[in-house]
Amino acid sequence: MTSNPAGPAEPDFTEPGRNTPTPTAAARTLAQKVWDAHLVRQSPGEPDLLYIDLHFLHEVTSAQAFDGLRLAGRPLRRPDLTIATEDHNTPTLAIDQPIADPVSRTQIETLRRNCAEFGVRLHSLGDADQGVVHVIGPQLGLTHPGLTIVCGDSHTSTHGAFGALAFGIGTSEVEHVLATQTLPLRPFKTMSVNVSGSLQPGVTAKDLVLAVIAQIGTGGGQGYVIEYRGEAIRELSMEGRMTVCNMSIEAGARAGMIAPDDTTFGYLKDRPHAPQGADWEAAVTYWATLRTDEDAVFDAEVAIDAAALTPFVTWGTNPGQGAALGASVPDPADYANPDERAAAERALTYMGLTAGTPLRDIKVDTVFVGSCTNGRLEDLRAAAEVIKGRKVAEGVRMLVVPGSARVRLEAEAEGLDEVFTAAGAEWRFAGCSMCLGMNPDQLAPGERSASTSNRNFEGRQGKGGRTHLVSPLVAAATAVTGHLSAPADLSPVGVSASVSASATSTEA
Amino acid sequence: MEKFVSHTGTAVPLRRSNVDTDQIIPAVYLKRVTRNGFEDGLFAAWRGDPEFVLNKPERQGASVLIAGPDFGTGSSREHAVWALQNYGFKAVLSPRFADIFRGNSLKGGLLTVVLPAETIEALWALTEADPTVEVTVDLAAREVRCADLTTGFELDDYTRWRLMEGLDDIGLTLRHTADIDAFEAGRPSFKPLTLPVKV
Repeated sequence: MTSNPAGPAEPDFTEPGRNTPTPTAAARTLAQKVWDAHLVRQSPGEPDLLYIDLHFLHEVTSAQAFDGLRLAGRPLRRPDLTIATEDHNTPTLAIDQPIADPVSRTQIETLRRNCAEFGVRLHSLGDADQGVVHVIGPQLGLTHPGLTIVCGDSHTSTHGAFGALAFGIGTSEVEHVLATQTLPLRPFKTMSVNVSGSLQPGVTAKDLVLAVIAQIGTGGGQGYVIEYRGEAIRELSMEGRMTVCNMSIEAGARAGMIAPDDTTFGYLKDRPHAPQGADWEAAVTYWATLRTDEDAVFDAEVAIDAAALTPFVTWGTNPGQGAALGASVPDPADYANPDERAAAERALTYMGLTAGTPLRDIKVDTVFVGSCTNGRLEDLRAAAEVIKGRKVAEGVRMLVVPGSARVRLEAEAEGLDEVFTAAGAEWRFAGCSMCLGMNPDQLAPGERSASTSNRNFEGRQGKGGRTHLVSPLVAAATAVTGHLSAPADLSPVGVSASVSASATSTEA
Repeated sequence: MEKFVSHTGTAVPLRRSNVDTDQIIPAVYLKRVTRNGFEDGLFAAWRGDPEFVLNKPERQGASVLIAGPDFGTGSSREHAVWALQNYGFKAVLSPRFADIFRGNSLKGGLLTVVLPAETIEALWALTEADPTVEVTVDLAAREVRCADLTTGFELDDYTRWRLMEGLDDIGLTLRHTADIDAFEAGRPSFKPLTLPVKV
């Protein structure tokens, strides 16, 4: 430690009883263990300085950060802990052509120039490992248990499925990590979401997380890292766990985590950047310690019964405004809280819905299967299984956008592309696509979608567009009937056309 | 970064909850590679409505935004902070902010102040009744003042000090480079590296 290179000395912020370091000997949660293992520096009253193991970059939130480095004459500290891809802006058609939108093109070209200048590994459009940043990290075997992972994207919480502490950051923080490989942070609170029992057939990780968000609200997780626990979580595949952790941010939580287990290790083994040989043994030994101690105390606890869950969809304009598919559009008058009532009223106006309408009667124009929430191979398989031998309903457009170029290749090797195109769906190239409509994949004003993505905010999928968040199974069934549906609502393949909305049962 | 000690200006009462960052600035406006010029995208979807509060002639030049709970939820885009700053806002008051937005704002010098819902309601009433009434956000005193209303707010000493000095976080962290070097020396070999590329 030398003199202060910049500005005034730090005053003493010590306040008795505030910000005392976590005693590492006491019982700790998974999140606390990972936090403690990355402490570079602690000083009373100041934020903890946390080491960052892995930093993902994409074109939208990095340009100004690189510019900041350049202006200050600062080097990139660890190019070997940094990786970039192009996803938010990239077209999903004609990817061999120059990007038509000049502003999108500039942003992509800026990323390419920055990566070349600073020596960052970049997976560009056309590369087999290009894709949505949160799909490629796990796929490459870079996402490991116990890491701290950041990216200028709120859905970085996805990587918590491996037992990593992974969270989204702003561009100033991106610049901070580029320059120092650390972040100054105040400790998060911890919340346990315990999901007991088993999910029923046809009920997926997406339904589960939408139900969690509806229960705790879009602000309920604020300030927390959520740890998902319980039998139903243990029974999920890594893909399902990623879907759950991905949407933690929609409950306001900074991160979601799931303790690593044999499912995690099995997924990682032999991936390109997974440890090998003796390193693998050492890693698994360490990873196995990454679980919440028996007597650790969470700051908040939520309990969910998995067996009671049914397919879940949103009706409003935030991800907490959801209900079971078998329910009806709620009446804003039933909300006691005036803010919630006003929000529900505004949502129904925007969505063009009337209170009391059965959710199954809502007709859609577009079905979107993809995104960092549900754009992995398992998601595409689930949707393909439903749509196989069936047709997309007249007047409905179905877009299937793999989460990464690798997912697309794997899906094609299984013939999933043919299943989708035979049904009348469009098979696209990888990217964020209609999840946020930064590329040409957008809803027109007033158009309505059933979307496997993560946000139903006003205008998220295109100005004036109306979004219902659904699972891949519900998305595929909805594409077939043209109105919100579950696979159980469909007639067996080859029997007849889909059942009508009025004939659907009240189950689910 | 500009120092923030105290700011006085007129206000925009935004009676909405859950204003997510897609509302603050839609994704189509995120394509610039600089930190300025984002004011055109601010609340873009609502700006077409002449009745939207920001469009009212009496709200021009306002620099304090008074919003409902859960302001800044959703996407991590720091462009939301830049759009508010580029437009001319110096401070945002709300009963509750989303974590990432709050972090972004305090790093960039946009002061986000958490006040109880009833105080926000009182400030809405005051600023709606008289658009010329000024709101003072005094970081030095940790107080918000408007007409007869004076209310304290909390902000930790460290962040307050950094904002009042106008210090950037990176410079502060680089003072501790020796600690970072020491931490890196203990890195286990099983942790992943992005380079060299493995297939």
